[in-house]
Amino acid sequence: MRDVIIALTPGILAFCWYFGFGVLVQISLAVTFALIFESLMLRARGQNIRLHLTDLSAVVTAVLFALCLPPLAPWWIALVGMLFAIVVAKQLFGGLGHNIFNPAMIGYVVCLISFPREMTSWLPPTSLAETPVGPVATFTAIFTGSLPDGMSWDAITRATPLDTIKTAVQESQIIEEIRRAPIFGDFGGLGWEWIANWFALGGLWLMWRRVITWHVPVATIGSVVLLGLVAYFADPGNNPAPLQHVFSGALIIGAFFIATDPVSGCTSNKGRLWFGLGVGVITLVIRRWGGYPDGVAFAVLIMNMAAPLIDRYTRPRFYGEAEG
Amino acid sequence: MPTQVSKFAQASAAGERLHHFHGGLKLRHNKKVSCEAPLSRVPISSRLYLPLLQHAGADAARPLVDPGQRVLKGQRVAAFPETGSGFLHAPTSGEILAVEDRPISHPSGAEGPCLVIKTDGEDQWTTLQPIKDWENSDPVLLHRQLDTHGIVGLGGAVFPTAIKVSGAHHEQVHTLILNGAECEPYISCDEMLMREQPEKIIAGAEVLRRATGTNRVIIAIEDRMGAVERVLSRALRKSDNNQIDVVCVTKIYPEGGERQLIQVLTGLEVPSGGYPRDLGLLVQNVATAAAAADAIIDGKPLIERIVTVSGNGVKNPRNLVALLGTPIHELIEQCGGYEKDVSRLVLGGPMMGYALPTDAAPVIKAANCILALTSKDIRSPQEEMPCIRCGECARVCPAVLLPQQLHWQITNEQWDAAAEYGLGDCIQCGCCDFVCPSHIPLTDWFRFGSGMLRTLATERTASDRARMRFDARQQRLEKIKSDRQQKIAEKKHKLRESAEAKKKVAEALERAGKSRNDQSDDSS
Repeated sequence: MRDVIIALTPGILAFCWYFGFGVLVQISLAVTFALIFESLMLRARGQNIRLHLTDLSAVVTAVLFALCLPPLAPWWIALVGMLFAIVVAKQLFGGLGHNIFNPAMIGYVVCLISFPREMTSWLPPTSLAETPVGPVATFTAIFTGSLPDGMSWDAITRATPLDTIKTAVQESQIIEEIRRAPIFGDFGGLGWEWIANWFALGGLWLMWRRVITWHVPVATIGSVVLLGLVAYFADPGNNPAPLQHVFSGALIIGAFFIATDPVSGCTSNKGRLWFGLGVGVITLVIRRWGGYPDGVAFAVLIMNMAAPLIDRYTRPRFYGEAEG
Repeated sequence: MPTQVSKFAQASAAGERLHHFHGGLKLRHNKKVSCEAPLSRVPISSRLYLPLLQHAGADAARPLVDPGQRVLKGQRVAAFPETGSGFLHAPTSGEILAVEDRPISHPSGAEGPCLVIKTDGEDQWTTLQPIKDWENSDPVLLHRQLDTHGIVGLGGAVFPTAIKVSGAHHEQVHTLILNGAECEPYISCDEMLMREQPEKIIAGAEVLRRATGTNRVIIAIEDRMGAVERVLSRALRKSDNNQIDVVCVTKIYPEGGERQLIQVLTGLEVPSGGYPRDLGLLVQNVATAAAAADAIIDGKPLIERIVTVSGNGVKNPRNLVALLGTPIHELIEQCGGYEKDVSRLVLGGPMMGYALPTDAAPVIKAANCILALTSKDIRSPQEEMPCIRCGECARVCPAVLLPQQLHWQITNEQWDAAAEYGLGDCIQCGCCDFVCPSHIPLTDWFRFGSGMLRTLATERTASDRARMRFDARQQRLEKIKSDRQQKIAEKKHKLRESAEAKKKVAEALERAGKSRNDQSDDSS
């Protein structure tokens, strides 16, 4: 788990670079709430608190959750998110190793569905910000829910690249036009693509350390690229290029850090390929036809449900077992 | 899918090309230190303790001698109840003192019945009965000789060699593999045996070849055993034997496991629930082959074995020839005694061995290694955490099982699912334990689970049999009942018929009488 946190660090720093240090506040809040809930639940369940807190699994859940939040989300979002992630999705299911669903994604999805406005008020990358959001504004926004005088939410927030594409395509604009907006970068969203790169770097390091295998990330990203390519060639006006998909939203962090969660994922390597494929396909389907701009969280949760079934049909043939 | 015939053909090319098995571990082998000193003999102990239980899972042997009786070296002193599973012999001459419960070398750590022999130091042999003309004798005679001389697999499994060899002979195996790939760290008894007595190994190979009727023998050793390869090749050249090949296999634990070795040598898998002989192969440990040669050529029963005494907890690690029944502390003394910080005694290797509660336990046929470990050698007992399904265990499992799933199934008592997932095919090598980041004692669970599967299977057969008996009885009763009813019905029918006939006769008579009367009336 410690390795996972180390691997996330470059991505987190990049996040700060592009979107301000609000994310650090969110991480601190989420980690604090996670540890409080985890200790309370461990105590209620009569478990060894020190032993289970030091496995850092709650911290990883909290950090992953915080990385999905808009940097200026109010403090109670982290509270509600961690309540559902740690208390409901993890501890009520039996604690570490027994949760069916990825706790961080449960927390995120509960908040996304319940508080759509707070969860979608994203900042543009700092280089595009008309009104810079300083430390005072960041803290005021997070802890009071309102902005300092002279600043308005409308002025400082901006739709994310995925959101922009979704809305514009519905308004019958074609991708080429849409991508002229300044929030887009070389491949994906400006800033987003670099954050994704740094997360990918961390993910590759985890692979090298053999904390995760290549199967889930390759299957997830591979299926997005292949399917995105087909859609792009079929209808380039309405479908963004595959790399736009890869380098925006939560795809990279999802592929390397979220869908690779061993507890709620598949256990055999073949199963992991199917799991990753499912995450990639469902993400694209939601991005294209769903009600939300990004679909990684939903895709992971849906595949969590499918994991036991996939495991059942992908068990490797053991030594000496008859073929067929 | 290759057919049985093509598998046989492929298996007969064993050793020509090396293959891989799934998973496994690269372990530090720690063998050099025990190989530096030459083999030496443990002096005859004043008391020998022969456990009647020689290994886990078997029935105890029945003593053939009484306390107070004098026995000679090599004399049969106990017999195992099942036919073909051999005998125990007196390791030296002396007097039987008692049959009593003593510490034994057994995973349970419990005490068990032992024959206690007070040795007389004369080491006087009983009359030996070698098979003089073994090269031309009937293989069945050789099987009997292996049985009566107590030869068992010395690689650790202690399976009676006679049963294995006669089965292989019956199935017409084509290749005999002598397993000298001693893959567990520390253990070097087979390596020392091959290095010091290569002729004995070759004699053993020839004896087993005759007993099984195979034409080819492969002696599989590890690629790091350069010295062994040299002496074996030299001995082979000297004996002008061209049916025996020495093959070096890569050292990856557990390549010395029977099924893994077969996979490395042939690229084939022994079918689940089957035996190597299904591929035309027989695997025997090299030490077993040497013991077989002793039994058949010299008529000597299995009364001693080579034991590796090693680990940081003992002063001078080395290999010793010890009589069965010698208390383990005497082997330790022979090696200069314990180091100060010794903290655990293990019988067998660090991967598959088990801890001994006391060094008063004796050397048994399965005792290939005694490890004296210090606190530094032992992984500090870490708190067990829940399984997070990381799959490291599946990555290293040489049987290609999913230990994480099996663990889940066993703890939830889903026995059918565990059987379907191949629990019965776990070789209990301990690789999964070794890599588990949650420190779950997986192999212990699998040992327990396999035991449960066996128990359930026995229970199922018993209940099936009972049900069949019950059904048969029901059918029999039904049949008796219906037969009786039929008979009664027939009788009734007959009676009725006869009653009706009588009635008819009576009626006829009556009619006749009547008509007669009528006639007489008319006539009157």
